[in-house]
Amino acid sequence: MSAITHHTPDAMLAAYAAGSLPQPYAVVVATHISMCMECRASFEAHQAVGGTMLDATPATDLSDELKINVFALLDAPVTPQPVFQKSGVYPGPVMELLEGQPPRWTKLGVGIRQNIISSNSSGSVRLLYIPPGQAVPDHSHNGLELTLVLQGSFSDDTGWFGVGDLEIADEHLEHTPTADAGPPCICLAATDAQLRFSTFLPRLLQPLFRI
Amino acid sequence: MLTASSDIKPIEWLAKSTPRKDIVVAAAGPSEISQQTIWMLAVRDQRDKVAFASLFDYFGPRLKGFVMRSGMSSSQAEEVVQDVMLTIWRKAALFDPHRAQVSAWIYQITRNRQIDVIRKEQRPLPEELAQDPGTEPDANQIMAVEQEGQKLKQALSRLKPEQREIIEKAYLGELTHQEISAQTDLPLGTIKSRIRLGLEKLRHELKELR
Ligand SMILES: [Zn+2]
Repeated sequence: MSAITHHTPDAMLAAYAAGSLPQPYAVVVATHISMCMECRASFEAHQAVGGTMLDATPATDLSDELKINVFALLDAPVTPQPVFQKSGVYPGPVMELLEGQPPRWTKLGVGIRQNIISSNSSGSVRLLYIPPGQAVPDHSHNGLELTLVLQGSFSDDTGWFGVGDLEIADEHLEHTPTADAGPPCICLAATDAQLRFSTFLPRLLQPLFRI
Repeated sequence: MLTASSDIKPIEWLAKSTPRKDIVVAAAGPSEISQQTIWMLAVRDQRDKVAFASLFDYFGPRLKGFVMRSGMSSSQAEEVVQDVMLTIWRKAALFDPHRAQVSAWIYQITRNRQIDVIRKEQRPLPEELAQDPGTEPDANQIMAVEQEGQKLKQALSRLKPEQREIIEKAYLGELTHQEISAQTDLPLGTIKSRIRLGLEKLRHELKELR
């Protein structure tokens, strides 16, 4: 595996640690950290700042019952939460959204497939499968789009993105990522809005395909 | 290289806790490994309830104040404190002093819990890098992380009040990442490189396990 060169911006890591990053982006950042020691170290440095603040917070009196309640629960049986480990090219946070199952791809034409793994009012997260030489349909964005490569690579006007690389595109970027030769490119992509594909599908069909 | 002598109190837990080899400690003052870390390791390695009570007494009241700053009521805040303290007890195995001070680890648990409560959504979390339970603690690395933590604390205390307020807002989750990118200029470099060393060591150990 080649070295990761496109990382999570520091402000995004701080927002992720503090919990202010919208859910779809948080999924991609958690996945990138799972793949990238560099960003894990930065993320943990932000935790250290938060910890310093916590440590400096003046004490507020606790009710007397609280400690008793906590100690009463220490030996209570706990149902362990499932822990999702990396499976194939899909890191833990992706496996969690896939509920431990392989992706269920929907064909979008010309060999491109997608699987929407999370979608709500804060945006959506999808897996994209792009055969070599195929372009991800030319699209512009309503907001910010994060694309993380899980397998293969793609290139666009802004550069080359291999496994672990994170591309951040805002509404001003009109780009055409194209999967390179080699294994099909599998990406994790998050948006805070619906994508507007400009050449691929008529706008009217978008709700149907939930692109 | 010298082994723990009886006058270096904070190291005693290591002698007690490790059926492993003797811990190697550089000649260091007793204050170098913090009380909080010693308690946390006793909780992690011995399931020591006395140490847990000390952690509770130290962090509980701070946690309540911290959580209430995000606008939670006293009773809501106590529910969060209860959940966080129980998570500390149950997930203690994930605490790694080679990478984090206790306060940093607890900060993240607390923010995660607050977001779960406020937004009713599960926070996506990175994969945990599990430690080999047989790993020998490296006191030099632990102390180095703590020293960098001290430096960070000093750096934060030297900020102008309005800068400090912005930082606090950012880490209380009150700023978007766009707002943060326009603001923060924290001296994270040295602590980051210390954490990175801890990660490298861990990665090396994980490889050897395979
Ligand atoms: Zn990175």
